Amino acid sequence: MTTPVKNPETQVKRPDEPLFKRLTRHQMFIPVAALVLLVLFNLIADASFFAVSVKENSLGNPVLSGNIISVLDNASELVILAIGMTLVTASSGGQDISVGATMAIAGSVILRMVCGGQVTADTMQMNLILAVLIGIAVTALFGAFNGALVAYFKIQPMVATLIMFTAGRSIAAWINNNQLPIINDIAFKYAGTFLPGIPVPTPIFITAAVILIFWLVLKRTNLGLYTQSVGINANSSRLNGLDPKMIKLLTYVILGVCVAVAGFIRVSRSGSINYSRIAENIEMDAILAVALGGNALSGGRFNIYGSILGAYVIQFLTTTLYKYDVPSTALPAYKAVVVILLVVLSAPVVREKLASLKKAPAKTAKEVS
Amino acid sequence: MPNGIAVDKQGRLKERAAMSDTTLLLTITVVVFFILYLAAILFLGGSFTKPQNFLNILNNNASLIVLSCGMSIVMITGGIDISVGGVTCLVCMTCAVNLERQGGNMLTVILIGLGIGLAFGVIQGFLVAHLGIQPFIVSLAGMFFAKGMTTIVSKEPVRVTNEGFLAVKDMRINVPGLGAPNKLGVYIPAYVEVGVVIALLVVILLFCLLRWTGLGRAFYAVGGNNQSANMLGINVRRTKFLAHVLCSVLAGLGGILYFLHVGSGDVANGAGDEMNAIASSIIGGTLLTGGVGNVIGTFFGVLSLNTIKRIVSSLGFDEAWWSNITVAGMLCLFLVVQSIVLLRKDKK
Amino acid sequence: MQEGAVLEMRGICKYFPGVRALQDVDFTLREGEIHALMGENGAGKSTLIKVLTGVHPKDGGEVRIKGVEGAAVIRSPQDAQNAGISTVYQEITLCPNLTVAENMYIGRTKGAVTNWRAMNSGAGKILKSLGIPASPKQQLGSCSIAVQQMVAIARAVDMECKVLILDEPTSSLDEQEVIKLFGLMRDLRAKGVGIIFVTHFLEQVYEVCDRITVLRDGQLVGEYVIEDLPRVQLVSKMLGKELDDMADIKGESGGAPVSMEGAPVLEAQGLCSSAGIKPFDFSIRKGEVNGFTGLLGSGRSECVRAIFGADHVTAGTVKVDGKEVKIHKPIDAMKCGIGYLPEDRKGDGIVGDLSVRENIILALQVMKGFFRPFSRAQAEAFADEYIKLLEIKTASADTPIKSLSGGNQQKCILARWLLTDPKYLILDEPTRGIDIGTKIEIQKLVLKLAAEGKSVTFISSEIDEMLRTCSRLIVMRDRKAVGELNGEDLTQSKIMATIAGGDEA
Repeated sequence: MTTPVKNPETQVKRPDEPLFKRLTRHQMFIPVAALVLLVLFNLIADASFFAVSVKENSLGNPVLSGNIISVLDNASELVILAIGMTLVTASSGGQDISVGATMAIAGSVILRMVCGGQVTADTMQMNLILAVLIGIAVTALFGAFNGALVAYFKIQPMVATLIMFTAGRSIAAWINNNQLPIINDIAFKYAGTFLPGIPVPTPIFITAAVILIFWLVLKRTNLGLYTQSVGINANSSRLNGLDPKMIKLLTYVILGVCVAVAGFIRVSRSGSINYSRIAENIEMDAILAVALGGNALSGGRFNIYGSILGAYVIQFLTTTLYKYDVPSTALPAYKAVVVILLVVLSAPVVREKLASLKKAPAKTAKEVS
Repeated sequence: MPNGIAVDKQGRLKERAAMSDTTLLLTITVVVFFILYLAAILFLGGSFTKPQNFLNILNNNASLIVLSCGMSIVMITGGIDISVGGVTCLVCMTCAVNLERQGGNMLTVILIGLGIGLAFGVIQGFLVAHLGIQPFIVSLAGMFFAKGMTTIVSKEPVRVTNEGFLAVKDMRINVPGLGAPNKLGVYIPAYVEVGVVIALLVVILLFCLLRWTGLGRAFYAVGGNNQSANMLGINVRRTKFLAHVLCSVLAGLGGILYFLHVGSGDVANGAGDEMNAIASSIIGGTLLTGGVGNVIGTFFGVLSLNTIKRIVSSLGFDEAWWSNITVAGMLCLFLVVQSIVLLRKDKK
Repeated sequence: MQEGAVLEMRGICKYFPGVRALQDVDFTLREGEIHALMGENGAGKSTLIKVLTGVHPKDGGEVRIKGVEGAAVIRSPQDAQNAGISTVYQEITLCPNLTVAENMYIGRTKGAVTNWRAMNSGAGKILKSLGIPASPKQQLGSCSIAVQQMVAIARAVDMECKVLILDEPTSSLDEQEVIKLFGLMRDLRAKGVGIIFVTHFLEQVYEVCDRITVLRDGQLVGEYVIEDLPRVQLVSKMLGKELDDMADIKGESGGAPVSMEGAPVLEAQGLCSSAGIKPFDFSIRKGEVNGFTGLLGSGRSECVRAIFGADHVTAGTVKVDGKEVKIHKPIDAMKCGIGYLPEDRKGDGIVGDLSVRENIILALQVMKGFFRPFSRAQAEAFADEYIKLLEIKTASADTPIKSLSGGNQQKCILARWLLTDPKYLILDEPTRGIDIGTKIEIQKLVLKLAAEGKSVTFISSEIDEMLRTCSRLIVMRDRKAVGELNGEDLTQSKIMATIAGGDEA
């Protein structure tokens, strides 16, 4: 077959694109740059920030302690949520704002199971794994509810999940008859604190396991391709044999599972729950992590590792602010300023402006020649 | 041959020239509200039969009405502003501190309220419209900032004792013909607070703005399809910017009204109001996808939302969680109904 | 400025990342002329127009407009409107949620207050005079695409403009509407308006235009008076080479010869879908190329969508290779060895942000299954093979498909389906909105596939294309199959007569 058209010159790569510019255009640039900035700031301000020491915890076991450990530990729930949130964002072009509320539900269910319906229990009344599985099943169900509204009723994700956002914490309270169950069994707290004999907080391992699982899933299945394809053009995807509705639903169910794991970690840190305070505002942090990771909140292409890094950056920032005695109630104000700075710097318009400022002299020279 | 086709086309055309989406959704909302209230009167009776009960819904929600209208406008342009609850809270606290500790008066309160709103609006609008940052993220940061700033202004609740302010706060405007005698036979006039009058004025003004001004129509055009709007010669950036400014200024005004109603500054003021405002807008027939909505609908959305809350509590479900669950249930119902109506319309 | 010119563009340059879209292009429009802007896809026509109307800022050159001192500054579509340039774009650029009347007036009425009554009556008058079947108060989204396009034209015409730009306005109009539009254009020409007309239909150019400017690869080829440039020369100027290929394909007219014996590959009976077509029967044999023809909206796309399961199938039976199968969803059809290239490339075909490679392997990947992804190396091999085979012009296989020109995007979708090695391929308007070179390539490919024993259904608005490729045509009218033509009946006049339905009406 011959073709009458031959003009390979139409698409010419600009040869002289500087390394710096290619770097700044990379998706991971913003989260990495933010991390580097935070690290540098702490190094200069007070290098002891990075000190890790061995201390004895309340049970007399030697455990690692230090800001870095606490960042990795405390970011766990956020990282796990951010992974699920990335998938939901990619497939449906919107975010689930009910994750904090459904975390409360997961925690409430798990506590009710292990306490056997009592207000306080000294030993677990149910096998912990079974309890967690029930928690996962419940939040997966709520995820499916959200997903069904989004996929089958075509309701915008943030609006659809507004329902669970409003009702979630109330449902959590209702599950335990508005009582605050407390479990004193030390084995329940293994997942949120330390396993006996291991000096590293357990949530770090759980998070690593979750990341590993998702790495495998993305490598061994077409989840990535399908969610992106559906998120970019649902019509085309359908005509290529995909079921966009099922795939959207699936991502919400996956997020539901993530929520249960995060909720479990959170309640097992203390062995108790406060329905209105647990995981408060975490949905905002999770969405932020996705955006910070360079993912478009309008869906489509995604990079899950960007979101994970974004989540750690957010926790790093929180820990840094705490270190400088910012009261926890005022924390959001500082966070907001940092967030705005980050998004402004990563906005395409601003980047172009900055680039053109730098390039201006070079360009005029070219035009003359 | 062309004849047959042309006739067919026109035939189909007439079928389709039905209501616009905005009108359709507005009608649903208004009908639902009246059915709800009528049902409450018929089956629950009691306080629902008294006009004052209805007026109290207005009295308690004047602020929410204003916030929701602002939210509707941003939603019509296809954006969202979740900072309105935070702005309300910040305005209340700052005004309270100003009155109590800095010897302010009503005028300074108004200036502070609108000023804070304007500042938020200008910054958020600039970031959204000119830098192209997603409105959700911008207003999320705005909400964090406002809530954080509130605790920096004062962590403790501030009760206002300023006399001039209290006079305005307690001012009651009697509504003729709606009063009723109490048990002792003394005629108690039905009343609304000052805030309600302001809120109603805002609704009417915004309705006119959206219906009859170039700016108002530009909001709809931008929400319908912003690229098209640009090609049609509308300044999309300016329109989006103004929508955010308007919404935040209304949030400032809503803050003043909230403050007038409760008479104190507290970090818990206006908590969750952004979600109430979004819910009211949606129940009132505004689509988050943009381009469709109406402030009259939003007004009825606020009324419906609070009527159902009252119905639930008077049914004996007093626990705090029932109110939230009902609101969520109602939201769910409305979303599903709207979705079915619109989907069916699409198919035709 | 030249005498009599209303618009002059000199040395226009425009760069996009990685692409030189326009290089030193000159363009002159005179008063009272219809000036065709021709070129293949990717030649820079749309870019030139978007630069002129302020959608894209230009990187060099200047624009002069009659009545404006010095170089005109056009930074936004508003500026262009104010300078007397009104535009109808290829894609409909109106707001579906507003009424028809609002769409005609918004963005150009002075004063802050909207006078609905005046607007509705004004719009009503214009709609009536142009014969557009729409009510001013109707929501635009409820009109058909063709009516929406006519409303866009009505808006542009109503503006007191010096320059009217029509960027492929005819692709969604039927013949009658096109005739109406041409009448309108001639009226405006008589009033001294300069019209820039962009189209892929050569017949239309020779019907209404006075002058032609040809672009190729972002550069100016030349400006010609229409009488001096016969069709063949125009095409060769657009393609940049002498044209033997056109003649080539014409020689093979009549499509691939097919024996009428043997079991059909696909046989459908009483098929009916939710898209509102009357039940129809259909069958296709191995190595056959057939087609659906009919006016726009006659239901030809809906028929093939029903075969593929793209719309909800409500009735009928389908047999593939003699065995009855149930096709409810596209994946069912794909498993039966059917491929479908949809009519709406942008909305139903490409997955814009995904790379060329991912777009090519998508269908095969879906058929292979969720848990069995292709390795990177496999995917690259597939993509490279088809990029080479179909000569897809792309910077790399990793380029997002949306940055390719229309014709190349279409080739990627073709590659996607060829990769699944279908028995039966449905091509719904594969040649719409793409350049002539690619059109010919696609037609040749269809014949080649048939020669290899694949069955193809080919749909096109251009009857000569159908005549060249198909051996059997099913004629549609009013959402119903009204006739079937083959052999000696396959002539332009016979087809037209069947479409018109003379004997029945």
